[in-house]
Amino acid sequence: MMQLSCPWCGPRNVNEFHHDGPLHRRPDPAATTVDEWRHYLYIRQNPHGVVEERWYHAAGCRKFLIVKRDTRTNTVIPAEGEPR
Amino acid sequence: MNLSRTRTTLDRRIAPQPGEVIDRSTPVEFTWNGRTHTGFRGDTIASALAAAGVRVYSRSMKYHRPRGLLSATMHDPGCMVQVDGDPNVRGAHRLIEDGMKVSSQNTWPSLEMDVRGVNQLAGRFLGPGFYYKTFIKPQRLWPVYETVLRQFVHGGRLSRTPGPEAYDKRHAHADVLVAGGGPAGLAAALAAAERGARVMLVEEGHQLGGHLRWSDPETAANLARRVTQAENIQVLTNATVAARYDDNWCAVVQRHPEPGVAERLLKTRARSLVVAPGLLERSYVFEGNDTPGVMLSTAARSLVNLYGVAPGERAVVFSANPDGDAAAQDLGRAGVEVVRLVDARAGQDVVRVRGRKTVESVELADGTRLEADLLVTATGWTAPTSLLNMSGDVPVYEPRAARFLPGGQAGPGVYATGGIAGDGSTDQLIAHGDATGAAAAAHASGIRREHARAVPTTAGGSEAVTPADASVPALPDLAVEEHPELFRSSTHGMVDFSEDVSSKDLYSAVAEGYDSAELAKRFTTVTMGPTQGKHELMNAIAVIADATGTTIAQTGTTTWRPMYAPVTLGALAGPSHDPVRYSEIQSWHEANGAVPLVAGQWIRPEHYGDPEAEVRAVREGVGIIDVSPIGKLDLRGPDVPKLLETVYTNKWSRLDVGRVRYGAMCREDGVVFDDGVTARLGEDHYLMSTTSSGAAAVWEWLETWLQAEHPEWRVHVTPVTTAYTSINVAGPHARRLVSRLAEGIDLSAEAFGYMRVRTGRVAGVDDCIVWRIGFTGELSYELHVPASYGLHVWEALLEAGQDLGVTPFGVEAQRVLRLEKGHLIVGQDTDGLTQAYSAGLDWAIKLDKPDFAGKPELAWQREHGGGTRLVALQPVDPDIVPAEASQVLRPDGRIGGRITSSRHSPTLGRSVCLGQLEPSLAAAGSVVDVRLPDGRTVQATVMDRLAHLDPDGSRLENDSVPDEPRAHPTPLARGPLSVTGPTAELRGWQVAGEHRPAELSLTDYAPVVKVSVRAEPTGAVATALQARFGRVHRGENTLVVGSGPDEWLILAEPCNSTRVLADLDRLTSEADEQASVVDLTHGRAMFRLTGREVTELLASVCALDLSGDLVPDCAALRTTVAGVVTDLVRLDEGARPSYLLHCERSSGAYLVETLLATGRDRGLMDAGAPVGGFVIT
Repeated sequence: MMQLSCPWCGPRNVNEFHHDGPLHRRPDPAATTVDEWRHYLYIRQNPHGVVEERWYHAAGCRKFLIVKRDTRTNTVIPAEGEPR
Repeated sequence: MNLSRTRTTLDRRIAPQPGEVIDRSTPVEFTWNGRTHTGFRGDTIASALAAAGVRVYSRSMKYHRPRGLLSATMHDPGCMVQVDGDPNVRGAHRLIEDGMKVSSQNTWPSLEMDVRGVNQLAGRFLGPGFYYKTFIKPQRLWPVYETVLRQFVHGGRLSRTPGPEAYDKRHAHADVLVAGGGPAGLAAALAAAERGARVMLVEEGHQLGGHLRWSDPETAANLARRVTQAENIQVLTNATVAARYDDNWCAVVQRHPEPGVAERLLKTRARSLVVAPGLLERSYVFEGNDTPGVMLSTAARSLVNLYGVAPGERAVVFSANPDGDAAAQDLGRAGVEVVRLVDARAGQDVVRVRGRKTVESVELADGTRLEADLLVTATGWTAPTSLLNMSGDVPVYEPRAARFLPGGQAGPGVYATGGIAGDGSTDQLIAHGDATGAAAAAHASGIRREHARAVPTTAGGSEAVTPADASVPALPDLAVEEHPELFRSSTHGMVDFSEDVSSKDLYSAVAEGYDSAELAKRFTTVTMGPTQGKHELMNAIAVIADATGTTIAQTGTTTWRPMYAPVTLGALAGPSHDPVRYSEIQSWHEANGAVPLVAGQWIRPEHYGDPEAEVRAVREGVGIIDVSPIGKLDLRGPDVPKLLETVYTNKWSRLDVGRVRYGAMCREDGVVFDDGVTARLGEDHYLMSTTSSGAAAVWEWLETWLQAEHPEWRVHVTPVTTAYTSINVAGPHARRLVSRLAEGIDLSAEAFGYMRVRTGRVAGVDDCIVWRIGFTGELSYELHVPASYGLHVWEALLEAGQDLGVTPFGVEAQRVLRLEKGHLIVGQDTDGLTQAYSAGLDWAIKLDKPDFAGKPELAWQREHGGGTRLVALQPVDPDIVPAEASQVLRPDGRIGGRITSSRHSPTLGRSVCLGQLEPSLAAAGSVVDVRLPDGRTVQATVMDRLAHLDPDGSRLENDSVPDEPRAHPTPLARGPLSVTGPTAELRGWQVAGEHRPAELSLTDYAPVVKVSVRAEPTGAVATALQARFGRVHRGENTLVVGSGPDEWLILAEPCNSTRVLADLDRLTSEADEQASVVDLTHGRAMFRLTGREVTELLASVCALDLSGDLVPDCAALRTTVAGVVTDLVRLDEGARPSYLLHCERSSGAYLVETLLATGRDRGLMDAGAPVGGFVIT
């Protein structure tokens, strides 16, 4: 089981976190088109490389984290400007 | 001379050997196929039988050829035996015990006379793929084939009764995990331990020392002694590092770690992993190479040197290396006549062995035929690179050494040493291991320092941690000895001994087109048997390479996958840790005949015997139901309306204080995922309810909006599901019943209308929240009572309502009641694709709001009208209740919908349903076809409203008059954990009446005041509270726990409750920031674990490294314990380690039961009341 280093709690087993998927900007619902909205809902790049994604530390600090992860190696690239 | 006649009765034990591992003063008696044998303590089954002259241990899988000892290791394919009720026991590894019943497997009528040996004659028809090709057609005959083939299944018989032994699974942490206890592994462990690393050394065999045990027993013993005496080395023998996953998460399997435990899986997080498994000797492929009496040089040497057994009388030794030469010497010393040393290095070769059940003669390439009963081969090594492969390495083939070597690509923190890395003298191997251990320790120390810096639980700074060690010795090179590439003779023989795959089979597989290692493997099953390639991999690759005309390097290996060694399902499963949640009223439900219903983690009463009677009681009188699992979230802050506007589809900006409103939530795809009512309790204070199963998901959904989308909104969400016991009182007499117990709440119809909320005192309990809603369609009040008083209020209601016929009802009656009323259940009447307009929620969707979750999708749905419609249906035949999920058919016979809910309605005396129908079928008054699961088709009418009963809600307009308050017992608070032994009362709490001292104790802290505070991470409140995240501050009357970055839990003794709450209210109201205080005294289960072994106990159920430098005294953290999210606060009692644990209340009983069961072996006891009261400051 891989570890994820929570900027608040330190290294924890990944099963303490919920994966919220790659970061995606929410379109303004008032101005969005159907295509743009469905792209936001369903289309993910799934890169073979570094992906910026959101995780929720459900069994720990209960904070959402933004994690840069290399999908080839599962290595987590430490974020800058961490809380601690 | 016919040597084969002399088997079975011989005593082949020789004079005591300097390195032997048997204790000749302790005989051990066991039976082999019904016959009694005597060995010595320390003997394996195989060595004891070998000492008695037994040659044949098993029959092979396909041809039932006799098989004997080959490698005399755990991975010996010929020594799989049945031991008592356990099949497939590794006979060359398992030690004998008195009274053990050992038998051969899958032989009939006996091992000696196995009639299925006739398969050997048909061998040429049973080539690779025989089963695939033969039994595929005709398919209808498969059951017949299956029955016959099952008789040929290789393996022992599983006992049908559970064995006496348990299986265990726990977590472990190591700075340096060393896989392999040979010279290099031992040296690595010592070097790492000298540098302060916590080392776990894992050895597959029963003794440390590896090959030194037979080549240099004195050095082996010295190293082993130093390792076992080292303080920070944990030595596990008879254990295997079976797998390595991401970030050095390793599966360590311990066989028989202690009496009563068959196997234990240690889920080990290692900062460094040292792979030092040594080398496995491989066999040589030639005709008759699987005849009993053909064995590897390491097998012969271990039999002689470790067990004092002469493996035969006349031996031929076929040697390509010094180990073969040494084997010849050992045999000579053991009194075995070495007829010939056949030297492969001089071009000599063995081509054939003759003999059926044992070797009778050996034929050489030059035509010489030697009479012998033993052929020892030493033709090279296989590097068990498994753990390196699992670490991302790609080992490379080195033709000069005729084996694979590490490719150097294993991730950081993974090291290889010993034979797997190269060859050398004992001193060179030890030097290499020493340097590797030092490097591994340095890496681990770096990771540990990083870890200590990254966790908030340390006291500050990382001084406590071992300093970096710069003096890591340079890694000496291990030379690679030249070794002839020797795999197969000029004849064909067995490659895979477990699967009966010969070199001939591999050639024919390649000829059929399976011309790569991975394809040939799957077609022939080579390397797929119990040995998983450990013996046969190199030979298989060499043969395939030869057959395909490529090199071994080009052919490559098949993939080494976890597990390296067999692991039982019992160990993988381990003790069950499935959290279960109970309401406060569970004891009453159980005592009153409730039929339990498992609803997610919750155990709820389905009914108390007669659900229809319960329905009638609610419709005609009054009923009460325990609805505690309903999710409840406490929302505070000025921006709560913005949050509600965003997550609900309807409008929330003008909800007055004292009002309750229904809302449905959609995901961004417009699919309904939860619903419930939310009440406004105060200016900036709301209580949201969710479905029982959706509570956690809704909470996370709210946090998503608050943290990820709108961090500027000032809202604090606190889950309070189990802080309240929720009781719904429903029926025409509901007002009369509640009014008898309510104080300070005017329950009259005018003062307390439908969809209103009031707070006050119920049955003497303060701070109850009462909302008037109507899920059942009747006048009803939902009481949310501080959970410690849940049972008190429940019993008070039953007592006060006796004359009104008050009846407890269960989930089943509630489901019928709501179905009669046509109220949907999200997840029952909707599914993962049901958008809000398909859920009958048109009235609650406000597309004129600027934004809410899922709005664009719902606008699209309204415009284009996609999706099904939720409708009420009534079968034309009122006695037919179509099963839920029955299909509704279109006129053309295709599926046009389904029944989502159906019941017999006792009120209407007919069946009633809800269903999802295509719009074309959904018009009111249409009659649709419903196909039942039994194939019948019945008709049902689509109704014009969802409610089957009282569609206009007149029953809710009940204007009964409140009764006068009645007397009730004094409230008694009860914690979530059952109190064992005598009880006492303390400030209105029922507590344990005595303290029972125990070395490892568990004490209930239920009455402790627990207040959650939320505020800015670095604001004035944070400063005043003085505890930073991850640490505890001992205040004057309080213990302040920094339980989150912007979250604190304030603990105080019960007597200080009022003062502490007042102080906190003042602190937060004066602060110039969004700050909130929620009393969770009744919402948490809290208990304390104290004792020397408490950390080890927690390691069984908690994955976190709780060592003292990372989690010192006064550390606070939240993680998962036995599957429950739990807060741990380390509060040592002097020198005794102690933890305060708390989790949401309803999981407390489960968590404590699990801990007590887990800690029983360590003497964990429910110690009753804490000594000296609930002093925690």
